[in-house]
Amino acid sequence: MSDAAITHGDNPTGFAHQFEELDQQHDAGRLGMWLFLATEILFFGGLFTGYTVYRSLHPQAFLLGSHILEVKYGAINTAVLICSSFTMAMAIRSAQTGKRKGAIIGWLIPTMLLGATFLFLKFRFEWYHDYLEHTMPGFGFYYRPEWGAHAPQVQMFMCFYFFMTGLHALHMIVGIGILLVLTWMTSRGRFTSQYFAPLEISGLYWHFVDIIWIFLFPLLYLIRF
Amino acid sequence: MSSHSESAAHGHLMFHEHVVPVSTYLAVFITLLIATGLTTWIAFQDLGQWNLVVALAIAVCKASLVVLFFMHVKYNKGLSRIVLIAAVFWLGIMITFTLADELTRHWQINPQPWVGTIVPVVRHLLF
Repeated sequence: MSDAAITHGDNPTGFAHQFEELDQQHDAGRLGMWLFLATEILFFGGLFTGYTVYRSLHPQAFLLGSHILEVKYGAINTAVLICSSFTMAMAIRSAQTGKRKGAIIGWLIPTMLLGATFLFLKFRFEWYHDYLEHTMPGFGFYYRPEWGAHAPQVQMFMCFYFFMTGLHALHMIVGIGILLVLTWMTSRGRFTSQYFAPLEISGLYWHFVDIIWIFLFPLLYLIRF
Repeated sequence: MSSHSESAAHGHLMFHEHVVPVSTYLAVFITLLIATGLTTWIAFQDLGQWNLVVALAIAVCKASLVVLFFMHVKYNKGLSRIVLIAAVFWLGIMITFTLADELTRHWQINPQPWVGTIVPVVRHLLF
């Protein structure tokens, strides 16, 4: 152990007794989150695999299905999530550089608001619209005449759309919950420039959810030809 | 000597976490926004089969930027990188092996014995 390492003699905030150094604790926490994200990649991977198989079998139906979706909402929501990833990264940086807690909260709140904006756009202007237009499988899905024989597979595309964006939206809701807890912890002065591991590993999760959307956007919305 | 004052005085030495400059975060952020606009615009240009390839290539680039800079993988070496690489590799196995089954199902149910096709070729080459 080097002289520079933080030991229990320093008794810094958030230092668990089973670790020798704060660095070690931080690495362990980060590794744990990466392992969880590995399982998440494969969790979403099942849907991506199913999507790949059905798109290879029914390319024409996926083209028709994609035209049900509005590109502008997909693009706006992509931008919204990218903004929220930036504010999340800045929140962690504020903690890391020892900024006062108001500064950290000042980045966490916009992150939550952007996440909520994403969900509002998705539910209010996309899902609810799909419900009204009878393009939501299970809620009176209507076979449009212009789809012809492709109609059942168009419905399959919309199933993929709702399961993939639904699972993603569920992750967003969990992420906003995590951010609420982080905001509360920050306001209680739980984080210092030495100890901000909960912020960083929650940030990993938030960025992961952003990455899932980065793939969902072109795969679902951008089939034009 | 109080260890508290020491850790306060050498705070930057105590904890070995790389501080990413704001300019880097801003550059990544703006690149991601531009890439989003680009992928949306390109989707409306008819590139035939290349539309999907270009869209996925841009998505992989965007995801790499997020992973490397926002998720600090560029700065954190070691196990977390191995976990990430393993996860992507497993995902590759899942998709590749599934497609290997799915895309070959229309192949002949009773393929010709390969020896029958190879022998005339070999005979032609030799004699």
